[in-house]
Amino acid sequence: MAGLQTVGSALLTLGLVAIAVALSLYERLDLEKDIGLAVVRSFVQLAAIGYVIDYVFGLENLWVVVMLLAGMVLFAAWTSARRARDVPNAFLIVVVAVGVAAVATLVLLLALGIVPATARYLIPLGGMVIGNSMNASSLTMTRIRDDLAEQRPKVEAALALGATSRQAVSPILKTALQRALIPLIDATKTTGIIFLPGAMVGMIIAGADPLEAVRLQIVVLYMLLGSVSIAAILVGTLSYRSFFTPRHQLETAPPEH
Amino acid sequence: MAPTGIEIHGLGYELYGAEILKDVDVLVREGETTAIVGSSGAGKSTLLRAINRLIEPTSGEVYLDGEPTSRLDPLELRRRVGMVFQVPALFGGSVAGAVLYGARLAGKAADPGRLLEMVGLSASLAERDPQTLSVGQQQRVAIARALALGPEALLLDEPTSALDEGARRKIEELVTDLNARLGLTMVFVSHDLSQVERVADRVVVLAEGKCMGEWDSDDFFSRAGERARRYIAGGL
Repeated sequence: MAGLQTVGSALLTLGLVAIAVALSLYERLDLEKDIGLAVVRSFVQLAAIGYVIDYVFGLENLWVVVMLLAGMVLFAAWTSARRARDVPNAFLIVVVAVGVAAVATLVLLLALGIVPATARYLIPLGGMVIGNSMNASSLTMTRIRDDLAEQRPKVEAALALGATSRQAVSPILKTALQRALIPLIDATKTTGIIFLPGAMVGMIIAGADPLEAVRLQIVVLYMLLGSVSIAAILVGTLSYRSFFTPRHQLETAPPEH
Repeated sequence: MAPTGIEIHGLGYELYGAEILKDVDVLVREGETTAIVGSSGAGKSTLLRAINRLIEPTSGEVYLDGEPTSRLDPLELRRRVGMVFQVPALFGGSVAGAVLYGARLAGKAADPGRLLEMVGLSASLAERDPQTLSVGQQQRVAIARALALGPEALLLDEPTSALDEGARRKIEELVTDLNARLGLTMVFVSHDLSQVERVADRVVVLAEGKCMGEWDSDDFFSRAGERARRYIAGGL
């Protein structure tokens, strides 16, 4: 572990990123700006959250934990809503969906006594749930938006045949949810064979007993699978509605977009 | 079911500040085929969608057999007034699945073979994948799909615009045939005047969202309608 004692040594891994940037420049892939931004942002954000978590751990105050998680949900919703620009009420939809997923998961973990009610458990696990739910929410909403635009004639034909909005949008909703959840479902299926998940890798590297790491990882996997599915399904069933009127009419998007 | 007249009263439709329809009055008599003509952007398709409330008019009212459609359940209204679009947009797996889509939702029994024969297709196509049919055949399936609900009226939004000349004529013949055989009230949107002459009993001219007048087809295509025809020809 000697190599990870200083920030300087952690930054040495930037050498790898430099190679990626060089490749991007050489091949003119225009990825270097995004990679650079990602490096800077992740460093600043991780450093900040490191200090925040350190501070919060010291406080041992559950309200501070709750506030921090709520902040994460709002930031996730803001990020997701920016991705799904033309989805009406996207921000509110993601706040509800990710919020419900996070609360349901953490309350269940606490109620079953799987984790203790301390910042050390709630913040990282909550963060994982919120982050993964955010990604699934963005994927679900953008897919519904794009498919509704592309398959407008079919949706209109279904409505004209007396289908409700829900019935008319059902094939699109199904595809969107499948697409949003496939990465997680596949990752869960192949876990341990193709890749060792992050939490487990972290614990093993930090010197924990591999079997204990597996135990925690199983909790994490099921928690993610459940909560992310809940979030995506909520986002799907809430967001399609904003494309229709209560009288089962497809809303027309504004001309300039 | 008995054919139904459609009365459009002072209909207006505004979308993002643009007036698409302005105070439109049209009378579609029961059992007749009324063509709505006009250049693109005149509001023809919008007017058609206001009849079965695929869009919500901003002002005015559409009466179906004397009943204000704003007070009808939109799903019920759409089952009574069928619609055929520019593109077939078939779904439901097989041809039979496509034909029965609306009828199944409504819990109505329908015989796909008989419906296919009604639109001049062989009942043996029922199990085919709709995508393997020609576009002309697909459009017939779309008409059968609308008929499966036993509608009182049929709205046709440029149903031949995606077809070649031969297929176009066959759809026109089917439409006039269905009108004669079933006595279905039909509203037929078209920008092709020669087609209108072949299918329509009445002609309504729209320009920039306004109704420019209504004619009996015979009058419209004789001297009486010459000015209106020239006006449209200039705008097309």
